[in-house]
Amino acid sequence: MNKKNPILPKAGRVAGACLGLLLASPLWGASQVFDFKDPKGVNNAVFKLDAPLEAINGTASGISGKVTFDPDAPERTQGKIVVETASMTVPNPMMKQHMLGGQWMDAEKHPEITFEALKVARVQRDGDHVTAQVTGRLAMRGVARELTVPVKFTHLKDKLGARTNGQMQGDLLVIRAEFKVKRADFGINPAAPTDKVAEEIAITLSVAGAAPRS
Amino acid sequence: MRRFLRQLALGLALLSGAVWLATGAHRGWTHTEITEMRLDAITGIEYPETRKGFVAGLDLLGGGLGVAAVLAGLSFCGRTKKSCQTER
Repeated sequence: MNKKNPILPKAGRVAGACLGLLLASPLWGASQVFDFKDPKGVNNAVFKLDAPLEAINGTASGISGKVTFDPDAPERTQGKIVVETASMTVPNPMMKQHMLGGQWMDAEKHPEITFEALKVARVQRDGDHVTAQVTGRLAMRGVARELTVPVKFTHLKDKLGARTNGQMQGDLLVIRAEFKVKRADFGINPAAPTDKVAEEIAITLSVAGAAPRS
Repeated sequence: MRRFLRQLALGLALLSGAVWLATGAHRGWTHTEITEMRLDAITGIEYPETRKGFVAGLDLLGGGLGVAAVLAGLSFCGRTKKSCQTER
């Protein structure tokens, strides 16, 4: 009775492996990892500071990051978007130099601005579009703060081929977000007069990530 | 000399005004880059496309008019040697 059956442990291992494969199978969840590194240079963040005496408008284009998204379960979305600080630009060269300098964004010491999603709530679906409130950690100039932003996800199934002239096949995920942050909260030259440089920074993020199929 | 200074001042003021008007009478800082928004047809994302370009701002106009005013002022100062020396 106590004699071990040599077949059973082997069968157990095989069954375990099969179960593992099944759980990892796309049949059980369509989570995809979207890479936001964008060789086309379309991904961008627009920032606006509207002070009584001066309005400053600029853009940042050095965007990367990875987001895991499941169109059937968007509330499980995870990921991080990274903006290269040095990619921030304004049309006036002297203003750009100041903006990237030590008093303002300090691009040399803080080369990245990151937003990491922690929680997705109030999910609403409308066809390929999903809107949600994403709570995440925004890190800028060495200061990390938690904030909740309204985000619109657009899942474009099988559209990667159209974007790469058929070189790759897969899905695209477009993320759009509009939110405001306070300059002083991130130590961005808090002493600067607010009549010339607005305290509030309005940020509009428009990015597209690709999930190629092999 | 004073005539030359006045002509130079007038020329500089006119040139500053003309450049400012010709590049769009922009009421902000001078731009050396021009950004235009484009639309990515696949994703529907509006993205900025930046190219080199020059747009004179109020700083350039003000600077030009300021230097012109200084030159014009100098021309009056140099009207007669006596008057300038007496003022000192």
